[in-house]
Amino acid sequence: MTAPVTGDDMELDAEHRELRETVERFARTEVAPVIGDYYEREAFPYDLVAAMGAMGLFGLPFPEEHGGMGGDYLALCLAIEELARVDSSLAITLEAGVGLGAMPIYRFGTDAQRQQWLPRMCSGEMLGAFGLTEPGGGSDAGATRTTARRDGDDWVIDGSKAFITNSGTDITGVITVTAVTGRSGDRPEISAIMVPSGTPGLAVAPPYSKVGWLASDTHELSFAGVRVPAGNLLGEKGRGYAQFLQILDEGRIAIAALAVGLAQGCVDECLRYAADRHAFGRPIGSYQALQFKIADMEVRTHVARLAWRHAARLLARGVPFKRQASIAKLVASDAAMANARDATQIFGGAGFVNDTPVARFYRDAKILEIGEGTSEIQRILIARDLGLPGGE
Amino acid sequence: MSGAPIGRWGPLSGTIAPMNVVVCVKQIPDPAAPAALDAQSHTLVREGKLILDDSDAYGVEMGLQLAAEDGEVTLVSMAPNGEVSGLRTGLAMGAAKAILVSDGALKGSDALSTAKVLAKAIERAQPDLVIAATESTDGYTGTTPVQIAELLGMPSVTFAKKISVANGSVRVERQTEAGYDEVECPLPCVVTVTAGVVEPRYPSFKGIMAAKSKPVDQLTVADLGLDASSVGWAGAGQEITGVAAAEERGAGELVVDEGDAHERIVAFLEQLKLV
Ligand SMILES: Cc1cc2nc3c(=O)[nH]c(=O)nc-3n(C[C@@H](O)[C@H](O)[C@H](O)COP(=O)(O)OP(=O)(O)OC[C@H]3O[C@@H](n4cnc5c(N)ncnc54)[C@H](O)[C@@H]3O)c2cc1C
Ligand SMILES: Cc1cc2nc3c(=O)[nH]c(=O)nc-3n(C[C@H](O)[C@H](O)[C@H](O)COP(=O)(O)OP(=O)(O)OC[C@H]3O[C@@H](n4cnc5c(N)ncnc54)[C@H](O)[C@@H]3O)c2cc1C
Repeated sequence: MTAPVTGDDMELDAEHRELRETVERFARTEVAPVIGDYYEREAFPYDLVAAMGAMGLFGLPFPEEHGGMGGDYLALCLAIEELARVDSSLAITLEAGVGLGAMPIYRFGTDAQRQQWLPRMCSGEMLGAFGLTEPGGGSDAGATRTTARRDGDDWVIDGSKAFITNSGTDITGVITVTAVTGRSGDRPEISAIMVPSGTPGLAVAPPYSKVGWLASDTHELSFAGVRVPAGNLLGEKGRGYAQFLQILDEGRIAIAALAVGLAQGCVDECLRYAADRHAFGRPIGSYQALQFKIADMEVRTHVARLAWRHAARLLARGVPFKRQASIAKLVASDAAMANARDATQIFGGAGFVNDTPVARFYRDAKILEIGEGTSEIQRILIARDLGLPGGE
Repeated sequence: MSGAPIGRWGPLSGTIAPMNVVVCVKQIPDPAAPAALDAQSHTLVREGKLILDDSDAYGVEMGLQLAAEDGEVTLVSMAPNGEVSGLRTGLAMGAAKAILVSDGALKGSDALSTAKVLAKAIERAQPDLVIAATESTDGYTGTTPVQIAELLGMPSVTFAKKISVANGSVRVERQTEAGYDEVECPLPCVVTVTAGVVEPRYPSFKGIMAAKSKPVDQLTVADLGLDASSVGWAGAGQEITGVAAAEERGAGELVVDEGDAHERIVAFLEQLKLV
């Protein structure tokens, strides 16, 4: 059952392997039987998120002093991959909660801010969100229109954000938003400010009607004279842009791991189905046309897994990993899309019916080429890192 | 998570020593992977990686809940090839230490030999309470724990769905077909727990890291002071003489409702002595 991954597991140390196996078991036993129902109802799976919290998944990369598990980014990505192998909505809830919600506070927060927010985020009792994208655009993050101005001891925020994950659940505690706080020369100065849920003037729109990730929480937010204390500035004033670029670089590795999980889930499902399903008196898996398809799916999954694990290793070693993170996100999201398409084909009509996992995989794959930097943006980053002349 | 079915009852005197709970854990081939029987001995091939039997995860959870306030859990297992994977899972869940008996001489052990080995190993831990599963997932004779109790000269209570401990005795809700019996029994004793009565925790990464440095005492038959001829193939009182494929399931009986369906279903169940 776990055979396809065994080879890639050998390079993990025993503890990371055990973590991977634990999350695999959790996903298979607790998530797989119930997630289809949440998905159909577009409901947020609070009890599964709580169970993930009890396992310490939301605290994986943080030190114990903040309520974390004392693990690392590799551990987080392994957990995300294993969840996504069964369901992407839970995987993105974890990825966004940790990578976008808690990580900026851990990286750039003061001791007081860390103490205030991290323990409850690490335990999964509270989710954090990160609002960067605006209705006017996400790729060109420098063009942020939301503003924050100082008024006495407060920041006053006006503007709106689009597509913000984890921003409207019952357990969402804080949304960190990027906002223009002034100008330096001809460039806008962008800072990151924490807005607690329920702050007057913050309006959370009803959930989007999405194509996929139906059990994940996504909202548009608007800010009308939202007032928060000056102390809610996260990191240095004017460093918001640089800070979130750093967060997004890491986040790409996590999204790549999520995409590999989906790609692996397609392989898992097809191995089962191709052995059981018969056509013309033989299992469909005995036809070479399908064998080649599944072999190609496995190849893409394996290569993409090596790509994200390599980027995660560079990150852990403290050496530049930007290009490798973009490469990993690009190949992994390609693999997820291609595998989802092929898996649906192998399932035939059953793959076009919403209650099969491959139908969910098909619907969940596309966003991976869009979120946390589109495929075009990844290519721009890779080209730039290669030193190609810039046009802009 | 379900409400904790375990709790101490009655006043706890301050002089009571921390409770020492031993949980027997069998390490078995992954039931999700295809299984194979050895052609000669007709026994399960146990050469690959073995994992913690799900049946025993309930015992570990019960032990941890009982020992949470003041005590600790020691895992005891007998397995081939020095296997510790399943023990590591139990240690990562929170057990304090483990004893593993592994020895080539144990090959071919039947349930009685297994009980002899486990009883000797359990003795070393000087337990106040020994927990085992009602039956294992792979062998499921369901006979090992009571044989352990007999060998240790301890009373045993089977089919526990809830255990509480106080003042030197254990109170058990013992599952029956109609409901449950309340049984009280002096410590030390052996209690077998029924699958599904608690929600075993998933180990956290912190638990997994901590398990790295927890002691696993690896013992041989000689270490236990047992005679090799009393265990393994040599000591086995039972022998598997043959294995046959299970009969294919026959076609079911379809009851089409013509107004009398419930009567026909009841009659069918009566015939099976189910009602
Ligand atoms: C002919 C034969 C050959 C065998 N050969 C081998 C062999 O080569 N190597 C080998 O390791 N086993 C071997 N076994 C398995 C044997 O040792 C079993 O452990 C024993 O028969 C009990 O099996 P069971 O599954 O029926 O236990 P049950 O009585 O159903 O188990 C109930 C509970 O007792 C406890 N328990 C049972 N067995 C163990 C254990 N081993 N360690 C810790 N707790 C336990 C667990 O809590 C378990 O859930 C063999 C069995 C037979 C019959
Ligand atoms: C379900 C979901 C969850 C999300 N969660 C979050 C979240 O939690 N936080 C958050 O901040 N954002 C979130 N997003 C937003 C997401 O990151 C953006 O959608 C993404 O970055 C793309 O931005 P955009 O939609 O504005 O597209 P645009 O920037 O408008 O891009 C449109 C198209 O133009 C292409 N393009 C843009 N510029 C160039 C160029 N220079 N060269 C070539 N092509 C170019 C893009 O690749 C794309 O194909 C989420 C989105 C979704 C759908």
